[in-house]
Amino acid sequence: MLARTADSLFWMGRYTERAGNTARGMQVALRMAGLAGSLGGGRDEWRNLLVAAGAEPGFRGTGRAVTPEAVIGWLALDAENHSSIANCIEAARRNGRAVRTALTVDMWEALNDTWREMRARAASATDEDTLPGFLDWVRARTLLFNGAAADTMLRDEGWLFVHLGVMLERADNTARLLDSKHQALSGAGAEGAVAYAEWQALLRSVSALRSFQWVYHTRLRPDLVAELLLFRPELPRSLVACHVRVLHALERVAAATGGRRGDPQRIAAEINDALAKGRVEDIMARGLHDWLTAQIDRNVELGDAIQRLYLSG
Amino acid sequence: MDRDAAGQPRRAFDEMQEEAGVRPAYAGIAAWIAQHGLAALGAKRTEAEALFRRVGITFAVYGEGGDPERLIPFDVIPRILARSEWDRLARGLTQRVRALNAFIGDVYAGQEIVRAGRVPAALIADNEAFCKPMLGFRPPAGVFTHISGIDLVRTGSDDFYVLEDNCRTPSGVSYMLENREAMLRLFPGLCSDHRLVPVGHYPEELLETLKEAAPPNCTGRPCVAILTPGHFNSAYYEHCFLADEMGVEVVEGADLFVRDDVVYMRTTAGPKRVDVLYRRVDDDYLDPRVFRPESMLGVPGIFAAYRAGNITLANAPGAGIADDKAIYPFVPEMIRFYLGEEPLLQNVPTFLCERDADRAHVLDNLGELVVKLARGSGGYGMLVGPHSTKAQQEEFAARIRARPQDYIAQPTLALSTVPTLAEGGIAPRHVDLRPYVLMGREVRIVPGGLTRVALREGSLVVNSSQGGGTKDTWVVEDRPEPMPQSQSMGAMSQSQSQRQG
Repeated sequence: MLARTADSLFWMGRYTERAGNTARGMQVALRMAGLAGSLGGGRDEWRNLLVAAGAEPGFRGTGRAVTPEAVIGWLALDAENHSSIANCIEAARRNGRAVRTALTVDMWEALNDTWREMRARAASATDEDTLPGFLDWVRARTLLFNGAAADTMLRDEGWLFVHLGVMLERADNTARLLDSKHQALSGAGAEGAVAYAEWQALLRSVSALRSFQWVYHTRLRPDLVAELLLFRPELPRSLVACHVRVLHALERVAAATGGRRGDPQRIAAEINDALAKGRVEDIMARGLHDWLTAQIDRNVELGDAIQRLYLSG
Repeated sequence: MDRDAAGQPRRAFDEMQEEAGVRPAYAGIAAWIAQHGLAALGAKRTEAEALFRRVGITFAVYGEGGDPERLIPFDVIPRILARSEWDRLARGLTQRVRALNAFIGDVYAGQEIVRAGRVPAALIADNEAFCKPMLGFRPPAGVFTHISGIDLVRTGSDDFYVLEDNCRTPSGVSYMLENREAMLRLFPGLCSDHRLVPVGHYPEELLETLKEAAPPNCTGRPCVAILTPGHFNSAYYEHCFLADEMGVEVVEGADLFVRDDVVYMRTTAGPKRVDVLYRRVDDDYLDPRVFRPESMLGVPGIFAAYRAGNITLANAPGAGIADDKAIYPFVPEMIRFYLGEEPLLQNVPTFLCERDADRAHVLDNLGELVVKLARGSGGYGMLVGPHSTKAQQEEFAARIRARPQDYIAQPTLALSTVPTLAEGGIAPRHVDLRPYVLMGREVRIVPGGLTRVALREGSLVVNSSQGGGTKDTWVVEDRPEPMPQSQSMGAMSQSQSQRQG
C-alpha cells in the first residue's frame, strides 16, 4: 500500500475518533456545569476540558478568558483550533477524499454526509438550545463511520491503518479524560457529592455508566472507576482494550508489509506489558496524574514511531 | 452546410423526432414520458442529483467562487443510437485512431508523411506539441495513443463529423460509467425494456490495454498505476474512480521515485516497482529534468526510465502532436497515407488562418464561422459567429490579424439536438459525443461514449466548464434478437473483430 494512502487512512481514523471524543468530553462538561448550581464546585470544568482535549495551549494563545461560551466555540467550531470538531470533520474528509479508492462507498458516504451536514449546522451548532443535539449528532456520526468501516471494509492493510488510527486516538482520549478528572478520583477531592457526579459524568462520557454496574455490582468508587477505564479488557474504550488492539494491528501490519517491524511494535508491546502488570492500588498510591501523564507521552511516542516507519515512505 | 440553398439556417437535426413522428429508437422514452409526465421526470432529476452528490462525483470549476466541488448537470433523458449506426461509427473511429497513432510514430521517426509532401514540415517542427525528446523512440508495440477521445457531432441522419481528436489525456469517461449506473437505478424498467449495450466493462478493457503496453523489461505481471496531479485537479474524481475500478493505485509525483532508471512507488512495505503508468499529468509536468524544471507534479528521471524500457507512459509524451487543431485538417490525408483507405468519418472543413486565402475568407465571414484557438481547449477563447456581436467580431478580427497562426475557423454546424429537461419543460438542446477508443494490441471501443449537452437554449458550447451537462448514451440493439445456440454464435464472433461488445 502507498505510504501516503496509509497515512491518510490512519489520520482519517484519528480525526473521526477525535471529533467524537471531543463531543463526549463537552457533554461531560455541560453536565457538570448544569449541576454546578445545586452542587457547587465545577468551576474548573471548562479549563479541565481544554487540558483533556490537548487544546489548552492553543486557547491560551488567543488571549481569551475561560468562559463556557469561549471554550465551547473553541472546541466545537474554531477554525484556529486544528482539533476543533469542525476541523476534525474537515480533516477526516480531506484525508478520505485523498484516498477515495481505499474506502468503501459506505465509509465515504458517512464521511461526506457528515462534512456536508457540518457545513449546514455550523452557524447554529453552539447555540444553547442546539448544542446538546449537535454533540449527540457528532457522536452518532463517529459511531456510523466506525460501523461502516467495521462492517464493510476489506480486511486488508487499509483497514489495519484505519483501525490503528482509531484505537490509538481512543486510547489517548481515555487517558486524557481520566487525567482531566484526576482530582476527583484520588486524593482529597475524591469524595462527596461533586466527586460522585464527576465519576458519573466520566463513565457516561465513555458510555460505561451501566457497564460499571454490570462489572462491579456496587456503588461508584473512584479506584474502581479508574480500574475500569484503565485495566478492564471487557470495556472497549479502556486503555488496555485499545492498546491490545493497537498491538494486534501492528503485528498484522508487519506481516502485511513483508516483516517490516521496529519501534512501533516495541513501544506498543512495552505499553501492553505495563498495562498487563499494572494494579490500580499502586497507581493511586504513586499518583494518578503522573502515571497518566507518562502514559500520554508514550502514546505520542508510539504515534511518532508509526509515522516514521510506515507513513512517511 | 448549416444553410440551405436559399441561405436560410437549416433546422438542426432532431435525434428523437422526425417529420413522421418519433424515431423508433426513442419510442420507449417517448412512451415513458407520455405515461408519467413532466413532474415525474423532474422528480427523477432531483433524485439523480442527490445520487451524484452522495457518491461524490464532482468536478472542480476554475476561476469561480462558491462551492468548489460542483456537479456536472445530468439530464435524465438519454441520448440514443441504434446499434447499426454505432457500428458504422466504430469502424470510422478505429480507422481514425490507427492513422493518428501511425502519424505520431512517423513524426518521431522518419517523418515520411512530410517527405511525401502531404503535411507541411513547419506544422510539425514549430508545433508546441512536438516533443523533441521523443525523437527516435518507439514505445512498446508502437502504441502512442493508448486512450483517445474523439469528439463527434451529428448534423443529419447519416452525417457525423469529427470535431476534434483528443490524444493526450481525454477525460470524462467516469461520467459515461456513472451516468449509466444512475439510469439503471432511476429507470430500471425503462432500461430493461431496451436492449442496451453495456458500458460497465470499460475499466477492464482499459486495464487490459495498459497491461498489453508493458515495457520490454517487465517480467511477470505488470504493475499498473494512475499518475494524478492531485486532488485539486478538476478530474481527480475520475482518476480515483478508474483506479478503484481497475484495482490499481492512484499515485502522485511524490509517491514515486526513480533509482537506476527504474520507477518505484513508496509503500508501507518499502519501494515497489511500477511498470505501466496511466498518467493524467501533462507532458510539460512529467519530468522536471526533461520538461519544465520547476514542476512539482512530476517525477525526476522518469523520462530516462521510459526510454530505458523500464516503464510505459500512457499516453506517450508528444502524442499531442496528433490532436493539435492545426494538424486536424490533415487527418483524412493521414488515413490515406498510412492505411491506404478512404476516411469513413468526415472532418469539418477547416480554415487555417495562417494561410492567406483561408484568412481572407475567415475575416470576410466572421459572422458565420466558429473561430477557435489552434491550441485552446475547454471552449475558452472561442467565437461562435452567429451568436456574436459586431464588437466581438471586430475584436477577433484584430486578434487573427495579429497572430494568424493561433487561429482556425470552421463553419457553424447545425449540431443535432436531443430533447432535454429544461426550465419550461422538455426542449431540444444541442449535443456532441465523445467515444473513448483504446489501443493496445487491438483497438477496443466500448459502445457509446459521453454525450455532452449545451443546456442553454440555442448554445452550441457543450464543455462542462462552460455550462454544459451530460446525458447517458444508449446504444440499443436494432438487429434481430440473436437466435439461441449455434447460429447466434456464428453471428457473434463475426461482429467481434473490433471487440465492440
